[in-house]
Amino acid sequence: MTLPRRILLAVSAPLLAFVAAALVTSVVLLGSGDSPAEFWQVVLTVPDGRQLVDIVNYGAILYLSGLAAAIGFRMNLFNIGVEGQYRVATFAGALFAGQSLLPGYLNTAASVVVAMAAGAAWAGIAAVLRATRGVSEVISTIMLNAIALSVVAYLLRKVGSREGQVIVTDEIQRSSWVPSIRLVPGESTELYGLALLAVVAGVGFAVLLNRTRFGFELRATGQSETAAVASGVDVKRMVVVSMLLSGAVAGLIGMPELFGASHSYGSTIQTGIGFTGIAVALLGRNHPVGIAVGALIFAYLAQQAIPLGILADISPEVIAVTQGVVVLSVVIAYEVVRRYRLRLEQAQVAQELRRQGREGQEVPA
Amino acid sequence: MSAVLTEPPGAPPAEHRRLSRGARLWAYALAVLLALSAARVFAGADDLTSPGTLRAAITAAIPIALAGLGGLWSERAGIVNIGLEGMMILGTLGAGYYAYYQGVWVGLAGAMLFGAIGGVLHALATVVFAVDHIVSGVAVNIIAAGVAAFLAEVFFADLDGGGPTQSPSLERPPSITVPGISDAAADVADRGWFLVSDLAAVVNALTEDLSVFTVLAVAVIVGTGWLLWHTAFGLRLRSCGESPSSAETLGVNVYRYKFLAVTMSGVLAGFAGCYLALVASSGYQNGQTGGRGYIGLAAMIFGNWRPGGLLTGSLLFGFTEGARLRSGGESVHALLLLVALGLLVLAVWQVCRGRRAAALASAVISAAAMWWYVSTEEIPGDFTVMTPYVTTLLVLALASQRLRMPAADGQRYRRGEAG
Amino acid sequence: MISTTTAPAGEEPAVRLQGIAKRFPGVVANHDVAVEIRPGTVHALVGENGAGKSTLMKILYGVQRPDEGSIAVDGERVSFSSPTDAIGRGIGMVFQHFQLADNLTVLENVVLGAERRHGIGDRARREIVRICAAYGFDLDPGRLVETLGVGERQRVEILKVLYRGARIIILDEPTAVLVPQEVDALFGNLRELKREGHTLLFISHKLDEVLAIADEITVLRRGTTVATVRPADVTAHDLAELMVGAELPSPSRGESTVTDETVLALRDLRVDDPTGRALLSDVTLSIRAGEVLGIAGVEGNGQTELVEVVVGMRRVAAGTVELGGRDVTSWSTRRRRAAGVGYIPEDRQRHGLLLDAPLWENRVLGHQTRPPSARGVWIDRAGARRDTGRIVEDYDVRTPGIDTFARGLSGGNQQKFIIGREMSGDPVLLVASHPTRGVDVGAQTAIWDDIREARLRGLAVLLVSADLDELIGLSDTVRVVLRGRVGAGLDPRTVTPQELGSAMTGAVERTDDPA
Repeated sequence: MTLPRRILLAVSAPLLAFVAAALVTSVVLLGSGDSPAEFWQVVLTVPDGRQLVDIVNYGAILYLSGLAAAIGFRMNLFNIGVEGQYRVATFAGALFAGQSLLPGYLNTAASVVVAMAAGAAWAGIAAVLRATRGVSEVISTIMLNAIALSVVAYLLRKVGSREGQVIVTDEIQRSSWVPSIRLVPGESTELYGLALLAVVAGVGFAVLLNRTRFGFELRATGQSETAAVASGVDVKRMVVVSMLLSGAVAGLIGMPELFGASHSYGSTIQTGIGFTGIAVALLGRNHPVGIAVGALIFAYLAQQAIPLGILADISPEVIAVTQGVVVLSVVIAYEVVRRYRLRLEQAQVAQELRRQGREGQEVPA
Repeated sequence: MSAVLTEPPGAPPAEHRRLSRGARLWAYALAVLLALSAARVFAGADDLTSPGTLRAAITAAIPIALAGLGGLWSERAGIVNIGLEGMMILGTLGAGYYAYYQGVWVGLAGAMLFGAIGGVLHALATVVFAVDHIVSGVAVNIIAAGVAAFLAEVFFADLDGGGPTQSPSLERPPSITVPGISDAAADVADRGWFLVSDLAAVVNALTEDLSVFTVLAVAVIVGTGWLLWHTAFGLRLRSCGESPSSAETLGVNVYRYKFLAVTMSGVLAGFAGCYLALVASSGYQNGQTGGRGYIGLAAMIFGNWRPGGLLTGSLLFGFTEGARLRSGGESVHALLLLVALGLLVLAVWQVCRGRRAAALASAVISAAAMWWYVSTEEIPGDFTVMTPYVTTLLVLALASQRLRMPAADGQRYRRGEAG
Repeated sequence: MISTTTAPAGEEPAVRLQGIAKRFPGVVANHDVAVEIRPGTVHALVGENGAGKSTLMKILYGVQRPDEGSIAVDGERVSFSSPTDAIGRGIGMVFQHFQLADNLTVLENVVLGAERRHGIGDRARREIVRICAAYGFDLDPGRLVETLGVGERQRVEILKVLYRGARIIILDEPTAVLVPQEVDALFGNLRELKREGHTLLFISHKLDEVLAIADEITVLRRGTTVATVRPADVTAHDLAELMVGAELPSPSRGESTVTDETVLALRDLRVDDPTGRALLSDVTLSIRAGEVLGIAGVEGNGQTELVEVVVGMRRVAAGTVELGGRDVTSWSTRRRRAAGVGYIPEDRQRHGLLLDAPLWENRVLGHQTRPPSARGVWIDRAGARRDTGRIVEDYDVRTPGIDTFARGLSGGNQQKFIIGREMSGDPVLLVASHPTRGVDVGAQTAIWDDIREARLRGLAVLLVSADLDELIGLSDTVRVVLRGRVGAGLDPRTVTPQELGSAMTGAVERTDDPA
């Protein structure tokens, strides 16, 4: 199939999805007495410098979240526990960093490793349950999300100190703070230094997926578990390794914000990133580039929705509706496009064979 | 791989086991009551089996049971429904809105309607477009959460007693009390006698202040059992989950039954949400479902995809929740003892079966639970909150053998693949 | 010589198909099909794999709709939009792949879709018992289908059809999973049905059986009807010629290439199912380099488990597996394949291919630990692509290119590709499970050539097959597997299909060489 045609097919599904989401959002707004026109006006304004940086920052975080989910999704392993893993990891990382056991950037690096390990360990619980007892990782990771909330809250109470209304871990020493990058000259808001982790992780994911044996086996298991087993893949081992990787990447989610802005873990940590990451992964079809695009779009929507309450008297929650409908429509659209593409391919194969002078009169297998 | 339980079941249940299923359930119930009674007496946790706790247990169990029933309908037709949580959320919203303006019965209808909408979305994606079941379920959950948060603000923010995230206080559905029996039972329950008082407490919980919705829910559960196993409709529906191609060759419209089943699961999840909002709480609140949709699925698995077992599992979860709500740390503390002893028994049984590794794991957890019990007086608040979630994990981890999910559960089905 | 017959004037045919055509994307399954079936007869439809028999029957049963042509039942024009319509017209189909729900009982399976006839309770049960008694079936309505054997399942399928009052019964390759003795039992049932006035349409590619049971035979070739004949007028040879247009190929062994070096040795192997029941017990056999060991047996006697044990997909309860003298019993599948075990799976779509991946990625499948597909932990895309081109060339795999998805290839070409892949990388042992199942004649010949080539190169080949001609034609030794036990070796040069069939059902114990 020609390249332009392939690209067209690849983007047609997300495009269809966004159109559908736009329609549904408008209908919902109309139904609740709000004005869709005002909604679109606010949402579609061009972001200024500060907003742009915020979008990229949030986008990088969403990208990491989506990546974490996508690693599992690629082999039909549904790690819905990114939220819990991210909390546990960020807490562990902040706790370690706050102890100042190491100087400067060494501390930072070590804390990132601690965070990744903690995230992996938390995901590992679900992995072990799945590999040894066949417990669905969907349910176990969701349960672990809730358990993470309780566990972290309890530990925070034990080791943290009160700061007004909030409990926080010890603040990280200045020398470990990661400087931010001035993306837009003249703006005070800057890009978190560790947001670049998103790029590193993305490249790593792409390489892993397409160039390594592990990536091949991951994709094979996702496409046909039976064929993968016959080819020598140890599915249980794959489950565990994938989940650990997924949890480790989830551990990175909180790092940019931790070392770039808050410098401690508090009970006001942002929630919901784990779930938005899942949506982003689905939107981007678990593809390193697709997830990036999806992350930026969701970040854009989230950012533009903030002033909705003030400017148009619409609850910003409506964006959640848009995001949700996008996800459902995109998965449906992908199915439709896939079937269409399959039929196209079959017709092409037949055409090719006939042209090569050998008739395929056999019934396809 | 998108089925909820992935490991294939062990031995198929032999004929004789199917016949004595009812008798077995009664035996288990008695054994559980015995164990609880013993734990109560030994640990001195008097509230563990009090009528109040049992009432709370029932109230906590019903939403889980209804959600699980929704899951049962869907999975018996071959569609995994992870979106129950979202459909339940829609149910709470519907109940909140309609009950406020039109009373509890319209509230129930509204909740079921809203839940059905979620069900139809999932059905559309999985049956018509053959999307992966889990992915669709997750998407439905995301949509439902967003819609609920948004509409809650639209509906309730300006109402008296309400706010952007909750509805005003709503009226409760009527409840039933059987005068003579309930008083007598309460009396006996107070005496603290081993087993007898606990039995009396059960009687009291069922005869005093029993919500009409509870009775309705149980009727629906029993009705499902009859419908799915004793009618032609039920046979056809189940065949879609066991072997859709066979059903197709016999002229069954597989698509239609699947669609119906998933929609029905949305209706039941909506009912669950309504119960949660009107009976278990006093109105709608953001996030009030708290994962019960998933716990319902766990109860369904525990119940081996049958209504009787599902109800049993739900009562189990409901009890841990009820105990926690009523006397928090103390009751959950006593439950620890129960878990420790239970796991010990399990470890012994596993050793007899020759499963050393599993026995070791059970023994270790048992020892840990026992140590925790002995070394503390009660459980801190943060931990009691997660009792239902830990229970779910334990249940799922232990209950994987001898289970038999519908053979074609989780498979994407397309017409014309027969022969 | 060969004459084409039609129904005697004045008698309406039970079924008349005229001008039927059906096309799928890329393939014409049927065109210009004309068949007349007289009532109260057994009419056979023969043709090789891929001739269009199954599609035609699906059209008659309402599972597919024809693109052109007409169907007439008892003289009336009909149009079926679903099996329900066909059932309503008195047509019933017994599928080759049984359409039964394992977790439901016999009664539930039979009653499904026809609940209105006799309900789903006692009345239905009584009706089933009545039919079973009338036709000599021995079935308990309350048993779970999962517990039934192959022959019994087939009887349930026939029961389903009779329960719905079918007068015209289509049987699609009913003897595919039966041994000669069970075939006789089935034919007995069929003759009983004929006596009761039913019309039977019997689809098969087994010519000797067809000649034994049919009253009339229609031959399909390349999707169209070629001739309709009476068994009395033709021989199997004539039919074969009609089916293929040329002589039917049969494998020939040629010179013996067996050496002294033992490649695979199984000793006292035992494999259990999760409840502890033995699926394989006391299995001891060995295969030498250059030898083809054929395993014959009825489906479900342990062949699948045997293959899985050798490839490493199943654990043993006792015994050892040795490869080239080394004990590999505890080795994973990956290690065994890296050590030179090639695997041609029974179900290529589930175990041998990634259907939605390009052909070159399928080259990597199963060989992702070694060159040319891999270098250490890295996948060598260029190497894999190059080698895929080579395989396509050497094994005559018909595909537009190496980027085509595997799904786009026909069954025969998929299988040829798999064999090409498995023969690469210097295997020492080739495990071939039903290698020509669902494959057209041309590809079948090529695959037999490939296996003979493997023998010549000094490979040891474990061949599991249900095609007795294939087994006898290719193997140096044949062993029968029955109820989890492997019998002594038989010499394919002297054993007949009948004797082999007897051994497969355990009717006769026969040993030849002390191998």
